[in-house]
Amino acid sequence: MSNHPEDMTVYVEKTTPEEHQRRPPEGIPGWGADLDPQARPAYPMERTPPRFINKHWDDLDHQPRTVKVFHSTERPGLTPVFGTAQPPSGLSGLIRAGAFRYSENDLRHWLMLLFADRVDVVEGIIDDLAHGHVPNFFTEMGGPAEWRYNRNGFIRKAFIAGGIAALLLYANSRRKRRT
Amino acid sequence: MLAMQYRGPYRVRATHKAEPRIEHPNDAIVRVLRSCICGSDLHLYHGLVPDTRVGHTFGHEFVGVVEQVGPSVRSLQKGDHVLVPFNIFCGTCFFCQKELFSNCHNVNPEATAIGGIYGYSHSTGGYDGGQAEFVRVPMADIGPLKIPADMSLDDAVLLTDACPTGYQAAEMGEIAEGDTVVVFGAGPVGLFAAKSAWLMGAGRVIVVDHVEYRLEFARQWVPCEVVNLKEVKDMAEHIKRMTDWLGADVCIDAVGAEAVGNTLQQLTGRYLKLQAGAATVLHWAINSARKGGNISIVGVYGPTGNMVPIGNVVNKGLTIRANQASVKRHLPRLIEHIQAGRLKPSEVITHRFPLEAIADAYHIFSSKLDHCIKPVLIPPSAHAYERELASQVQAQSQVRVH
Repeated sequence: MSNHPEDMTVYVEKTTPEEHQRRPPEGIPGWGADLDPQARPAYPMERTPPRFINKHWDDLDHQPRTVKVFHSTERPGLTPVFGTAQPPSGLSGLIRAGAFRYSENDLRHWLMLLFADRVDVVEGIIDDLAHGHVPNFFTEMGGPAEWRYNRNGFIRKAFIAGGIAALLLYANSRRKRRT
Repeated sequence: MLAMQYRGPYRVRATHKAEPRIEHPNDAIVRVLRSCICGSDLHLYHGLVPDTRVGHTFGHEFVGVVEQVGPSVRSLQKGDHVLVPFNIFCGTCFFCQKELFSNCHNVNPEATAIGGIYGYSHSTGGYDGGQAEFVRVPMADIGPLKIPADMSLDDAVLLTDACPTGYQAAEMGEIAEGDTVVVFGAGPVGLFAAKSAWLMGAGRVIVVDHVEYRLEFARQWVPCEVVNLKEVKDMAEHIKRMTDWLGADVCIDAVGAEAVGNTLQQLTGRYLKLQAGAATVLHWAINSARKGGNISIVGVYGPTGNMVPIGNVVNKGLTIRANQASVKRHLPRLIEHIQAGRLKPSEVITHRFPLEAIADAYHIFSSKLDHCIKPVLIPPSAHAYERELASQVQAQSQVRVH
């Protein structure tokens, strides 16, 4: 479409809603089986009493707390049911404890948790070494699959990694020579 | 037991870990027979989800057999085959009483904004997930559903998340007869959303992605029109050109935080973490929808903030609906669809891996190698259990004959 004033196309919009409706292609399996919006499973969006659940209590039992669990400042306490996997520990645990002083509404809460995750990765490597296990980054990162299914990509990444390693070694040796 | 363990961004391994135990009277312990890797697991794998701790076991899509139940469990017993919705929910709180099972307030102490999810970091409750031989299933009377006798494990495992999420995505779009629906994302959820759009009476379904093998699968399986975003200069202009210059009636975001297609969004969202992921697709959805149209969001984003043209939402009078899927409320209808032959979720499975090969599985899925669309994991004890079950069935039938 040209923007030259003399040959500017004029577009008048007057599509009727019926014209805008499309007829589906022939032979779509099950087309229209859930056509009626009021018969769809999640209509209405908020539906009470709830179906499909076998609740047989008035009050929910409380799970005993056996490990450290944080809770959001946007609720007054723990939930009656909670996960106990990987309780907080070490420096990452301290950073997470600090993060939970801020509400979910505060960016500092999430940024501190992300930072704690990175610290946790280092702690994880130290923990591996302390237990006599040297982590195999090549297999953990799917190196065998990359070699098998994307050999060109593997070779390219190996060259880049090798190039970066060579540059760092060279910079280090120059620094040593200067000192 | 053997279980997947997260060791850091892009690093996972299968390792031995203590078996889970009953911690609440309504818990069950389930032996996992099939587990999937979800597209949203890749956000964890890439280190984008806050409070993802080293040692965590991922996996919110799994089916299995009940091995042990807590003292207050009434509806399940040892030996029951169950499919477990990815939501953990109590059935008791304000939100569960409204069937908003993905927004339960009683199972996640760490974040009121998010309900409980298996294996999805401590931000969703701190529960180890099902990419393992055994998993702790809280609220066993509320969440799990016994697998119908005529349903395969492969179909059942797709009903724990991907299929109901796609279905809910279409439902939240409030599709009317003859509507033009654009689904961004040709992964499993996008594929199910597109197929569900036909079930709801759409007149035209268009799927957008950048991975050619996935678009080809969508074209044949859904079936639908496809758009490769790499071949498009401007997405909103392209969609409007395709739709009488009005825009789509419904746009579905089935991609979320790791969208490609815009350098600024990728740089600020994925690499510099200045926003909660790249909101490229949401931006396109808002600008490609017609005035008065509907946006449905099932793509996962982080809890902070994103750059999207909210002014256009106002000026165009768009309706946005979004949520994690409330799986259990969709299951009865989806099971009817499967039994009637309208849906066969297992057709999206392209790869099966032993749990021991978890690192390769994640890498293949993340890098979209070998035409991978949906990978399924099989724990080592699942094979032994299934062989034992088959020999028991054979022995029983021989006794009957005699």
